[in-house]
Amino acid sequence: MSDESAREPTRIARPGPGAIIGLILVAAVLLAALTGSIYTPFDPIGIDADNRLAAPSLHHWLGTDEWGRDITSRLLAGATVSVNIGLLTSLFATTAGTLIGAAAGFIGGWLDRIVIAVMDALLAFPSLIMALGIVAVTNGGQMAVVGALSFAYVPSVVRVVRASVLTLRRKDFVDASTVMGNSRAFTLGRHILPNTVGMVIVLATSLFGWALLAESALSFLGLGVPPPAPSWGGMLADSRNYFEDAPWLALAPGLAIAATLLGINLVGDALRDRFDPRTRYL
Amino acid sequence: MTRYLAGRLLLTLPTLLLATALVFFMVRLVPGDPAQVLLGDVDNPAALAHIRATLGLDQPVWLQYARWLGRVLSGDLGISIVQQRPVAALLWSAFGVTASLVIPAVLVAVLIAIPAGSLAAWKHHRPTDTAIMAFATLFLSIPSFWLGLLFLLVFGIELDLFPVVGYVCPCSDWRAGLRYLVLPVFSLALIETGVLVRMVRASTLEVLSLEYVTHARAKGLSEWIVMWRHVVRNAMAPTWALIGLTLGALLGGAVVTETVFTLPGLGRLMVESIFARDYPVVQGCMLLITVTYVAVNLLIELTYPLFDPGVRLER
Repeated sequence: MSDESAREPTRIARPGPGAIIGLILVAAVLLAALTGSIYTPFDPIGIDADNRLAAPSLHHWLGTDEWGRDITSRLLAGATVSVNIGLLTSLFATTAGTLIGAAAGFIGGWLDRIVIAVMDALLAFPSLIMALGIVAVTNGGQMAVVGALSFAYVPSVVRVVRASVLTLRRKDFVDASTVMGNSRAFTLGRHILPNTVGMVIVLATSLFGWALLAESALSFLGLGVPPPAPSWGGMLADSRNYFEDAPWLALAPGLAIAATLLGINLVGDALRDRFDPRTRYL
Repeated sequence: MTRYLAGRLLLTLPTLLLATALVFFMVRLVPGDPAQVLLGDVDNPAALAHIRATLGLDQPVWLQYARWLGRVLSGDLGISIVQQRPVAALLWSAFGVTASLVIPAVLVAVLIAIPAGSLAAWKHHRPTDTAIMAFATLFLSIPSFWLGLLFLLVFGIELDLFPVVGYVCPCSDWRAGLRYLVLPVFSLALIETGVLVRMVRASTLEVLSLEYVTHARAKGLSEWIVMWRHVVRNAMAPTWALIGLTLGALLGGAVVTETVFTLPGLGRLMVESIFARDYPVVQGCMLLITVTYVAVNLLIELTYPLFDPGVRLER
């Protein structure tokens, strides 16, 4: 392993313009989510019959929807919902996937074979289809979405972690740890897992983005966050009925999703450059 | 070569068995009597008894699964609760619509991504590369359903170039059918193009860094010949593999795109059936989408040696 690291001098990571734009976008979304959980200018689910489909104005910055609900407030509250679901999904899927993947890769043998077979079968479902299937047999709600999406993403994490544990297992420092008389569990926890942290962070970042997008898609289909709770996907779905009278309804939530994903993708690229030399060209 | 083919085919079997088992058991997760779940909310003891007998609920679970699989293989997917028609017939007509959306979308995505990705790699770290990558990352971040809505708003309503609602099968009237498909195909394709461009660029850069490329250049070959004969072709193998995975994303994306453009495809059928608690249809949709995904990926893997003669199935 030493020859590879010797050939290329360690690149000092200085964040490029992409990474900075990404960080700003992600910070803005996290701030919006935090704001949305404590303060919104209007009640995000409060109906105001006199102000239906109001155009953007000084009073309602982004206008109101068909129930007279303030779009700015709904965007902020929706950010809280989306970010919560994205973070929880990413956390659950990464934790479960890392544990399963590390166990399979490190212990090997029949356990590894079973895990691989099950993961291959789960990966045979496009993740959104898998999530839809799970939502179909549950009663719905935010936690059902988190559960369905976590389940759908675990196999991808398992695959990546297992592959990297398999590579690390053959390294000299792992042999050295064994020769020193350390237990297998200690070697795994002290020497192998810490070396996967960088990659897991990269993966968790992408998962956050995927989950946020999938949650929006599910809510857009009417199978995600149940109304009247605001969600960006649900707002987009509602906007379809008022296309000609109130086109701004379709702009704000879509722009919010796209800006969030752009931020996550840019930060993800920067992290990948830093932590995952295998994909240096991506 | 024969061994490669046989090996790949054999490896697919356990995946298919487990995946179908998952679809089978999913319906059992719905609270209540499985026979009643499949019959729907009607009080019909005779029909209930019939379904119960077909399912073999008194038998061990693995035997129930085997019997179900036998019926599925003979084309019997049950009866739709809502439409009271065989599920297989519903799936068949919906599959045609989804195929007419997804296949052109893959083609469009590939036709844009391969030249754009190769160009970006060739102009590595130059403004062309930066611009292409910026666009790719931007499109990667736009949700396909939002792009679809914007297309409808701009090209459908403001400019009135394309119909906003509905579907006409290109098989009956290809001119009209095409008009209905242009917007959905492009809104699905452009998103996937972002992913593909980045992949093509990455694999091309990988090949460009190899020594035989330097050698080819040192021989005095023109840049065009180096790129075409030595680089692009060799960078195709990973791209080809990615097309299979892209298809999975597109089949998932088709669900939302079909909803945006009200196309009567598989995804929309699945979503509507979830709302109607029409579980036989939900089960059928999941089954068909999964089997299609696995089959296409298998086909890609089987043709992989055509692009990369170095590939042989390892033991």
